[in-house]
Amino acid sequence: MRKLFFESLFRGPLTEPAPPADAGQLAELAERLKGAAQRRIGRSLSIRQVDAGSCNGCELEIHAMNNPFYDLERFGIRFVASPRHADVLLVTGPVTRNMKEALERTYAATPGPKWVVATGDCAADGGCFAGSYAVCGGVAAVLPVDLVIPGCPPTPEKMLAGLLALLETVA
Amino acid sequence: MATLTEILSAATSGETPRGWRRAVVDAEGWSRVAAALGAGEGTLMGLWGEPAAVFMAVLDESESAVWILSLNCPEGSFPSVGRVHAPAQRLERTIRDLFGLQPVDAPDRRPWLDHGRWELAQPLAAAPQAPAAEMPPYAFLAAEGPNLHRIPVGPVHAGIIEPGHFRFTVNGEAVVRLEERLGYVHKGIEGLMTGAGLERAARLAARVSGDSTVAYSFAFARAVEAALGIEAPTRAVWLRALMAELERLANHFGDIGAIANDASFSLMLAHCSVLRERVLRVAETCFGHRLMMDRIQPGGVTHDLQADHQGVIRGLIDEARRRFPHLVELYEQTASLKDRTVGTGHLNPALARRFGAGGFVGRASGRGFDCRRSLAYAPYDELLFGAPIVHRGDVNARLWVRVVEVGQSLGLIDQILDGLPEGALTVDSNRLSAAAGEGLALVEGFRGDILVWVRLGEDGTVERCHLRDPSWFQWPLLEAVIDNNIIADFPLCNKSFNCSYSGHDL
Ligand code: SF4
Repeated sequence: MRKLFFESLFRGPLTEPAPPADAGQLAELAERLKGAAQRRIGRSLSIRQVDAGSCNGCELEIHAMNNPFYDLERFGIRFVASPRHADVLLVTGPVTRNMKEALERTYAATPGPKWVVATGDCAADGGCFAGSYAVCGGVAAVLPVDLVIPGCPPTPEKMLAGLLALLETVA
Repeated sequence: MATLTEILSAATSGETPRGWRRAVVDAEGWSRVAAALGAGEGTLMGLWGEPAAVFMAVLDESESAVWILSLNCPEGSFPSVGRVHAPAQRLERTIRDLFGLQPVDAPDRRPWLDHGRWELAQPLAAAPQAPAAEMPPYAFLAAEGPNLHRIPVGPVHAGIIEPGHFRFTVNGEAVVRLEERLGYVHKGIEGLMTGAGLERAARLAARVSGDSTVAYSFAFARAVEAALGIEAPTRAVWLRALMAELERLANHFGDIGAIANDASFSLMLAHCSVLRERVLRVAETCFGHRLMMDRIQPGGVTHDLQADHQGVIRGLIDEARRRFPHLVELYEQTASLKDRTVGTGHLNPALARRFGAGGFVGRASGRGFDCRRSLAYAPYDELLFGAPIVHRGDVNARLWVRVVEVGQSLGLIDQILDGLPEGALTVDSNRLSAAAGEGLALVEGFRGDILVWVRLGEDGTVERCHLRDPSWFQWPLLEAVIDNNIIADFPLCNKSFNCSYSGHDL
């Protein structure tokens, strides 16, 4: 283990500069929130991720945001285990009918002020699963959505830019 | 009693398609095959339905052949396989939920994927029904005794993972029974497939389980090609394998880090996630998508490997070869970590065999099956790689198989780059057009064997497609391995299996 630590000392950090907050999404958020929630929660965001029927591709990239290259926590954004500790629900998947109630209950358990981010094309509008007997067709069909991060799956960079836009607008 | 091979040979009907065998059986033949499976002959590889028929895929190890048997069910019922062969039970419950076909004398009558929330009941039957007003609450199995209590977990879990419900019954810290309830991410993929054109169907197949998107696209493409009686050009076939091995590498790096992390050893996670990220970035550079989604299509591949990208991949291989051994050493020398993994979550080899456990779950418990070798498909029939088989069956063994497979994939990528033939990337598009046929393919994903069976109609659209994730036969085993372990070790056991929810729920 010592060797590994020693090596890491000289290797320099892998962490990359942050992408700029997504300009389009900043504008979108400003419009949507109309400054209402500004500066209520300080400079940090706690996120509860909810998989509402994803193919698990989006989860892989959400995980990647925690790796040393993107290192999400340096921005004061972190994932929490309980919706009761969360400011943001990061929802993936087309919202399957079998997950609808669990998603609603998670939302109900999240204290306000709270924001819902629909992540991935599925969460945006059901993606390629729209129209199935088993899906509701996007997060907006079930919850009020504040921000959509498109992509299949969105790259960690895109997600980060979206979350930074949210942070800038609400925190 | 006749052997499985004899029963199957007697059932052969008509011409034998290349690489697999096909037979239509009657109820008696169906029951005889079920009995043979129950007696431990052959391996059940899949069981699925259609509005008026059921299908079974059976691996006959003595012949290294996969049989597809079908039974017409004009009465809407078929003899239960699960009655004599437990691995079939969840599959039969699914057939009943989706098609309304009744497995006669099935031991478990509870629904499986249907939670009573869909717009339709028996959504894929010839005549779907309106859903019942209210489905009775799911009856979990009983566990009785003094000092037992139950812990319900999920469907929303604490981490960034897929949803599913686990019902633990514990005595103090020891788990007495774990029962899984899945189906939360059922999207109705097979319903969407029916009637879809090839392009849309390929998109859906790529999204059955995102972590195995390459393997699924690979399997779907091969199944379609088998149905059409065509072959993808050699360069495309080699590029498919290159992507498949990159996907395996990325997932194994991720898993190894995540298993260590579930034993609170986050250093390993950090280092492994760096390697995983490197693989994804190389994938992005070479194939234009980090997970390489939709790069494999029926008939070929969409992206070529540019000459200067060879070096990019070689650089990745070098880095992995330089760094990964340090991480393995770190794992081996950290006693507190091995204390958690050695002896934990033991999977009995007999159970692994009975359930036909694929991938690292099987290979860590003495079952060496690997489609790349056991049912070799191009280009693996021309490549050299070993078969790591371990018998200890614990978390450590499952992690260790992944470690060996990382080395194996690195070696395979080397060979693929060395031998990559020149040539076209896809077949002529007119060869992909309308022709009816049935095709089967098995592809080794990082988690195990993925089975795709497809039937194309005259107009070239998908009449029926079934995609079977390896998790179907691994999930039930997770219930078995947690027995008598402490509940705090569940995350570790679970991660060492890393079953797909989406791949299972479809
Ligand atoms: S957006 Fe794409 S990657 Fe994300 S869950 Fe949907 S299909 Fe999977």
